[in-house]
Amino acid sequence: MTGTTTVPPAELATLAPPSLGRRLRGALTSSPAYMSGILLLLVLFFTFMRPDTFASAFNLRNIFLDASVLLVIAIGMTYVMIAGGFDLSVGSVLVFSGVAAAKAMEAVGRDGIGTVAIGTGVALVTGLAWGLFNGFCVARLRVSALITTLGSMGAALGMAYLVTDGNDIRTVPNTLIAIGTGNIGGIPSLVLISALFTVIGMIILHLTRYGRHTFLIGSNPEASRRAGINTAGHLMSLYALSGLLAGAAAMLSLGRFSTTTLEGHGTDPLEAVTAVVLGGTSLYGGRGTVIGTVIGVFIPAVLANGFIIMGVQPFWQMVVIGFVVIGAVYADQIKRQTQDR
Amino acid sequence: MGNAAENLTHTPDDSAGPILEARGISKSFGHVEALRGADFSARAGEVTALIGDNGAGKSTLVKILSGVYKANAGEIFIRGRKVSFDSPAAAHAAGIETVYQDLSVAQDLSPAANMFMGREKLLPGLLGRLGFLDNAAMRRESLLAFQRLKVSLKDMDTPVASLSGGQRQSVAICRSIMWARSVVFMDEPTAALGVVQTGRTLDLIRRIRDTGIAVVLISHNMRDVIQVADVIEVLRLGRRIARMPNKGVTVQDLVGAMTGALDAETEEGATP
Ligand SMILES: Nc1ncnc2c1ncn2[C@@H]1O[C@H](COP(=O)(O)OP(=O)(O)OP(=O)(O)O)[C@@H](O)[C@H]1O
Ligand SMILES: [Mg+2]
Repeated sequence: MTGTTTVPPAELATLAPPSLGRRLRGALTSSPAYMSGILLLLVLFFTFMRPDTFASAFNLRNIFLDASVLLVIAIGMTYVMIAGGFDLSVGSVLVFSGVAAAKAMEAVGRDGIGTVAIGTGVALVTGLAWGLFNGFCVARLRVSALITTLGSMGAALGMAYLVTDGNDIRTVPNTLIAIGTGNIGGIPSLVLISALFTVIGMIILHLTRYGRHTFLIGSNPEASRRAGINTAGHLMSLYALSGLLAGAAAMLSLGRFSTTTLEGHGTDPLEAVTAVVLGGTSLYGGRGTVIGTVIGVFIPAVLANGFIIMGVQPFWQMVVIGFVVIGAVYADQIKRQTQDR
Repeated sequence: MGNAAENLTHTPDDSAGPILEARGISKSFGHVEALRGADFSARAGEVTALIGDNGAGKSTLVKILSGVYKANAGEIFIRGRKVSFDSPAAAHAAGIETVYQDLSVAQDLSPAANMFMGREKLLPGLLGRLGFLDNAAMRRESLLAFQRLKVSLKDMDTPVASLSGGQRQSVAICRSIMWARSVVFMDEPTAALGVVQTGRTLDLIRRIRDTGIAVVLISHNMRDVIQVADVIEVLRLGRRIARMPNKGVTVQDLVGAMTGALDAETEEGATP
């Protein structure tokens, strides 16, 4: 009979889970590992050049604070992009939710934690609503993600301008400002909050069925559908998540800057995409990590900060990051080509 | 050859009704009529070969019977009871599994993730209820399935993209067998396989059949079909034009039936 050919045992994978060494090797050859190496080199370089200023507690604090709002948005973007999608609307949704929350808190009038809670609720609900709208257009109506989120990017910002007549709202409750600029155990509360989001984002993406389905849909949507996964529903929930996180980021931004910063978030979606791509998430979907995105947020932040401290024109950061992103995508393509035998 | 001997000793149970039957299935894609009132039936414990020229509608029929497409017309019966598959999950629930022609694997994920695609195993207890995956169990069960079916994957922890074409096909086959309870469709499962793996797959098909599952094999390789099939159904231009027991059928008979040279004599497969 055919089929009795025995396979040499050495050829077979074993029942034992992959060894620590193997896992370590796998982790070290991944994009996040390369990128964290680059981040480390940057930090060492700037620390060496300007030990007193760059490595000062004050400066590191600033870098983390600058990164924290963007990081929350970028986590949502990571999920959406792993599923093969795209969300350009996050910056405008942040502004819209910030305006809605500020208006709501203004209407309440009193200062206090209750007012902040109401504002947070409004920010989350409005962010979620925009996300659901995006998800509905992309997943149910099948409008391309790029066009849908480009459209809602314009619409959300336009509405924010209409409500405010183009003037920032500055009546942010003191309680919120106290939270946004305060510390817990010496660490800025904003940093702690965004770290919490990051950890939860990692756990759900890498350890749960929800995360697994996100990867599957990005990798092969048709196969996912045939496997019985509700692909449209899942995709919709991912855009909703992205909107929700933009709403959360709006509260962080209000707390930090005490104003709705209407003009401040035009490049947020692009910065988030940059971070996600730098972190090794594939533009084609199916691959990516949250930790990669964290590194991808910090590389441009450290570079910009370091350039300023060294007296280099900070615009150089934009130039450098621009080319680095192109390089990162090129590397991803090469990796895919060599793997798809 | 041992295969031929085994084929002869196997006698399908003629008294039982079909486990899966389709009548008058039609399906159009825009102006293209892929199926025009096609019939199909498969019995438990039999290998039914579904053959036909390129574009005859085989894959479309399989997708309809797997819940992927909705037919424009026609009826499907499982064990004599009328069903309607409005989703792939409904077909899964009826015990139907499919190896699609395009394999339907997620290239970026591990073999185990693919084996449990859409049916992930969760951890026991509270963590499981929160949706946490039991990756170790899925890996272990996948590996056991591969070993049982004599598929050797050197690496269980690499994306499927880095496997060879044949290994990828093996993953898709193993997945369908692991889950199938009544019917397995295999749409050209040996297309990317070498001689040894093809032989193993044909053996595997016999073994699954002997467990009482209906196996439906789609293949363009007529020698494979004659080696392994109990019954052969021929599809041409979206219609079933022949259903014949695989007794004394020759490659020429089958080619004649597929291309239409043998329109009159369908049942017994006479020589031209
Ligand atoms: N999704 C689709 N959209 C449009 N037309 C389709 C689609 N799927 C199949 N067709 C058409 O339906 C017809 C039957 O296709 P099908 O794939 O079922 O043939 P097949 O018998 O499996 O062929 P092959 O042996 O080449 O795999 C073809 O003319 C094909 O072009
Ligand atoms: Mg086909």
